[in-house]
Amino acid sequence: MSTREKVGWGIGGLVIIVYCLFPVAWIVSLSFKSSDDIANGQFLPTVFSGANYEQILVGDAAGLFLPALVNSFGICLIATFVSCLLSMFAAYAIARLDFPGKKLILSTALAVAIFPVISIVTPLFNLWRQIGLYNTWPGLIIPYLSLTLPISIWTLSAFFREIPWEMEQAAQVDGATPWQAFRKVIVPLAAPGVFTTAIIAFFLAWNDFVYGISLTSTEAARPVPAALGLFSGASQFESPNGPIAAAAVIVTIPVVLLVLLFQRRIVAGLTNGAVKG
Amino acid sequence: MASIEMCHIVKQYGDGYPAVNDVSLDIADGEFMILVGPSGCGKSTLLRMIVGLEDITSGDMVIGGARVNEKAPRDRNLSMVFQNYALYPHLSVYENIAFPLRLAKVPDDEVRKRVEEAAGVLELREHLQRKPANLSGGQRQRVAMGRAIVRAADAFLFDEPLSNLDAKLRGQMRTEIARLQRRLGITTVYVTHDQTEAMTLGDRVCVLRKGVIQQVASPRELYEQPVNLFVAGFIGSPPMNFLPASVDGTSLSTPFGTVELGAERAEKIRGHDLLLVGIRPEYFEDASLIDEAKKPHGSTFTARVDVTEWLGDAQYAYIPYEAPAEIAEQLKELSRELDSDQLRTQAVVSIDSTSRIREGREAEFWLDTRKVHVFDPKTGENLTRDAEAGRKLTEMAEEDRVEQVGRAKV
Repeated sequence: MSTREKVGWGIGGLVIIVYCLFPVAWIVSLSFKSSDDIANGQFLPTVFSGANYEQILVGDAAGLFLPALVNSFGICLIATFVSCLLSMFAAYAIARLDFPGKKLILSTALAVAIFPVISIVTPLFNLWRQIGLYNTWPGLIIPYLSLTLPISIWTLSAFFREIPWEMEQAAQVDGATPWQAFRKVIVPLAAPGVFTTAIIAFFLAWNDFVYGISLTSTEAARPVPAALGLFSGASQFESPNGPIAAAAVIVTIPVVLLVLLFQRRIVAGLTNGAVKG
Repeated sequence: MASIEMCHIVKQYGDGYPAVNDVSLDIADGEFMILVGPSGCGKSTLLRMIVGLEDITSGDMVIGGARVNEKAPRDRNLSMVFQNYALYPHLSVYENIAFPLRLAKVPDDEVRKRVEEAAGVLELREHLQRKPANLSGGQRQRVAMGRAIVRAADAFLFDEPLSNLDAKLRGQMRTEIARLQRRLGITTVYVTHDQTEAMTLGDRVCVLRKGVIQQVASPRELYEQPVNLFVAGFIGSPPMNFLPASVDGTSLSTPFGTVELGAERAEKIRGHDLLLVGIRPEYFEDASLIDEAKKPHGSTFTARVDVTEWLGDAQYAYIPYEAPAEIAEQLKELSRELDSDQLRTQAVVSIDSTSRIREGREAEFWLDTRKVHVFDPKTGENLTRDAEAGRKLTEMAEEDRVEQVGRAKV
């Protein structure tokens, strides 16, 4: 690459990075502004203040935010785990077995994935209230499964398909039962795929707002995105932008951490997943 | 250790196409059997039915005296080397080889002993802690074999194990496999499309065509007494030449002059008019280099040489000839079926490497007429096959095998 090209690429990259990260930087900056500064139109706060963080972690909003954080973690982790487990079996069957209705399952999964969430929220709200799932953890975990399962099945079946049949057949000839072949050969080989799937599923559940706000009413089950919407300012004339920004930053941290920690796994998972035979 | 008996084995796929059609084959205990044929002849399917990865539509598969049709692969106690080796990439070489033992819950120190032993035989000792991805093709192949020999399986099955290696390594591994099989004396079934592997490795070779067995015999019998056009064309490299011929008393007239058959063989071809003569390249020779004593056993003819290939130890000359349209079409069909694509009707002739015959010139050739075979172009049947001589060749090979196994056991 010539110097000119390098400079060109550098500038192009910088533009994209700034474009993508500017809103994030703005939120971070906003979270450190005091309430007087919020609407002053400047990017940097005049005085760095931790008041917003104080408010949501130990102050007025803590009662709203902290239980929501616990709910979010609990619900999303359980939903991710269940979804990975179920999709692993489903994807394995789809990749390996020839059964009628295979195409139907895949296309239904896709249809569910693109089905607008908002249109099923109202019936679900009524149903949940009648059967007692309203405002409970399972009441959110079940809809979250419907969000995460389709994409999990799709990604995992792509992964399983890339694992050569011979691996399993070799294991069977070596004396393994189908279950042993699955557990000792297929699962370890698919681990990067399962990991990628788990992270994607976790994000999907973690970022949900519509179910969170509609199917909960108290801190018994309310997740963070919904709780953010319920923040109120010091008076009714003041918007709670500062605390919301602070909460948004806190909520983003686990996601960023996850990605940074498992970056190599995710990249390996997303790009190849190939198994060298 | 066990014998494998197949009795009227049929494999039909969903669309009714029989990939393997009524195959009956007995493989003796300790024998090295080769399944060979062009692609799509059902050889791999047959192997996979032996090991249990493919369902058997009808017929009986008997291993070591017990019918195994309904048994799962893990209950058949066979070991198999796959074409792409199917090593487990997440396990070290040691664990790859130990895998069957771990499944059988063999105690750790026994596992170590047996893996070390297998690794010693295959010279893998210094690679035991590496991952398969870091090994060369030949090493991976040896790991796959290590996994096969580590447990006391009743038989080894190989599915084109050398086709992913380069030519030089293939030659080495071929002798390695032969040595290992002799040493362990275990029944082996080996699938290949490579006729060199078939000829060099097998005690007996089973030639398949479109799911049907053509001939089961020792390599020597296949070479010298093939039952039909297909076997004759498949075995041998460069392949046998097929020339159109018309009967003229006790002799045949071919594009390369008259071939005298003698009364006995002439009797066998009576009643046919248009025939195919099969002549192996080495039955030809540069006429100027032939011993006077040998000359009467054949005939001489002159032909124009199209191309010559000098290989150092041998020399091939290509001689084009004219064939009637009907025969040419049939030869083309045959070569297509044998996975090659012969574009023109030409004979490949093997001549001494010192021969001065050069391309583009007329030259005089000598043809050994004693060993030629005559085929019926309609059925492909070999009309001059000497079944008795063939049987003797295979018996001899069997005696050799028994002797070798006996020696290995001492």
